[in-house]
Amino acid sequence: MDHDVKISALNVNFYYGKTLTLKNISLDILQKKVTALIGPSGCGKSTFIRLLNRMNDLIPGARVEGQILLDGLDIYHPRTDVVSLRRRVGMVFQKPNPFPKSIFDNLAYGLTISGMRDKRFIEHKVIDSLKKAALYNEVKDRLHDNALMLSGGQQQRLCIARCLVVEPEVILFDEPAASLDPISTRKIEELILELKDEYTIVIVTHNMQQAARVSDFTAFMYLGELVEYGDTERIFTVPKEKMTEEYLSGKFG
Amino acid sequence: MTRQTFSRTRPYTAGRRQAVRASDLTQALGFLFLGACTAFALFFLGSILYFVIVRGAPAISWEFLTSVPRRAMTQGGVAPAIVGTFYLTLGAVAFALPLGLACAIYLTEYSPKTILVNIIRLSIANLAGIPSIVFGLFGFAVFVKVFGFGVSILSGSLTLGIMALPGIIAASQEAILAVPQSYKEASLALGATHWQTIARVVLPSSLPGILTGVILNVGRVAGETAAILFTAATFYTRGYPNSIFSEVMALPYHIYALMTEGTHPESQTLIAYGSSLILLSLVLAVSALAIILRQRQRRVYGP
Repeated sequence: MDHDVKISALNVNFYYGKTLTLKNISLDILQKKVTALIGPSGCGKSTFIRLLNRMNDLIPGARVEGQILLDGLDIYHPRTDVVSLRRRVGMVFQKPNPFPKSIFDNLAYGLTISGMRDKRFIEHKVIDSLKKAALYNEVKDRLHDNALMLSGGQQQRLCIARCLVVEPEVILFDEPAASLDPISTRKIEELILELKDEYTIVIVTHNMQQAARVSDFTAFMYLGELVEYGDTERIFTVPKEKMTEEYLSGKFG
Repeated sequence: MTRQTFSRTRPYTAGRRQAVRASDLTQALGFLFLGACTAFALFFLGSILYFVIVRGAPAISWEFLTSVPRRAMTQGGVAPAIVGTFYLTLGAVAFALPLGLACAIYLTEYSPKTILVNIIRLSIANLAGIPSIVFGLFGFAVFVKVFGFGVSILSGSLTLGIMALPGIIAASQEAILAVPQSYKEASLALGATHWQTIARVVLPSSLPGILTGVILNVGRVAGETAAILFTAATFYTRGYPNSIFSEVMALPYHIYALMTEGTHPESQTLIAYGSSLILLSLVLAVSALAIILRQRQRRVYGP
């Protein structure tokens, strides 16, 4: 793989209390590519993706071993600033989670918390991000309506737009279409394919077809271990591991 | 009544009529019993309202609401007591709301999950069970004597505020914990600090719930007598309080005074019922406000 590595995980172990839920994961995520994490429920794919922006810090009793490097920066180093890390590594969650605020305020939030006061800049950035997230045309006349009035699919694109406002380098998608209908799902997938020109994308999905459609690289995880990782086309056509082949052909999962 | 229940369920149970009849009868009796209990409880509420309104309404007039007592409290109005209760309640809110909210934020968002913190939580909950006369004595010993505030609006407000505190803390904690974790995650994932997340996402979402709790608890202490007995209330003032160090008349204590002292029981009793009606109306109005706030919260943030 002759691309630039954006995120590099080295021998990562993760514990919930005493339970080891990720076992010795090492994996390089490449710049401006879509990397999909697949595997059956409970395989640790969501846990892994939430390590990349330190969302697991919120869980009491959680512990990480090993290293995760973002452009060489050790994100679990005690001196690493979590706030600036999370501005570089954005996240879109499984269930759309807009704030109970207006569409505009949802997007402006990421800017105002960092002290931005320039109203014209904020407005420009909000509209720009809504356009990038393919939502602007649907909401341009009601930017000051409550975001919770939007449909599920629109809410999820709003969350993507909200994430784009802070100009992250990496966007993590944790099963972004799990609660959406097929049409909304397709819109999200199209969006991911557009966004990969500018952003490094990691997506967790339990939908194998979705991984095949959107990703350049696929990692198959099972019971906390990384079973196989490589070029998506190769993984889906000639998997090296028997377990990968069995999962992809629907024998378990 | 049982017959009706039978005919309603028959289409579903035709095949097993015998067994179903027995259980249907039990169910009908159960409903009857539960309904009777509810009616009984409502009867008390209704009769209190009826009693207070029927006995109190004749006393109510514009003059009653706006003038001071005259002729050894056998005539005139209760305006100073209304004003006094208003100040005491306002003072209690001003003291208990910031303190209670800060406590609730600390306990839900910052405190470590240790045994000590659990003991603190339990202690706060138990504070609610202390008899109000004990709060009154405490307020007298500490605010009136040690701090030297005297029998005053300040001493009374602080005492009432402490009484309202456990309820306010509990309600605020509940409201804060009800904020979906997904809101917090969204905020943190955008690079907000913990405090920004609390101030800009958690508190705005939980504010209606917090205010509901504050209003209900303050409404409760507004009608409190024992706690202000030694700390704020006085039998009679000529006019209105002019500073937070003034002693005041208050509606609950005024009712007590009218019924236990004085020389004209008939006319005093009428004024006592009138005062009760006003106090009851004030507390009900405050509760209604809390309900309206809660409904608004449901509309904006979902159930």
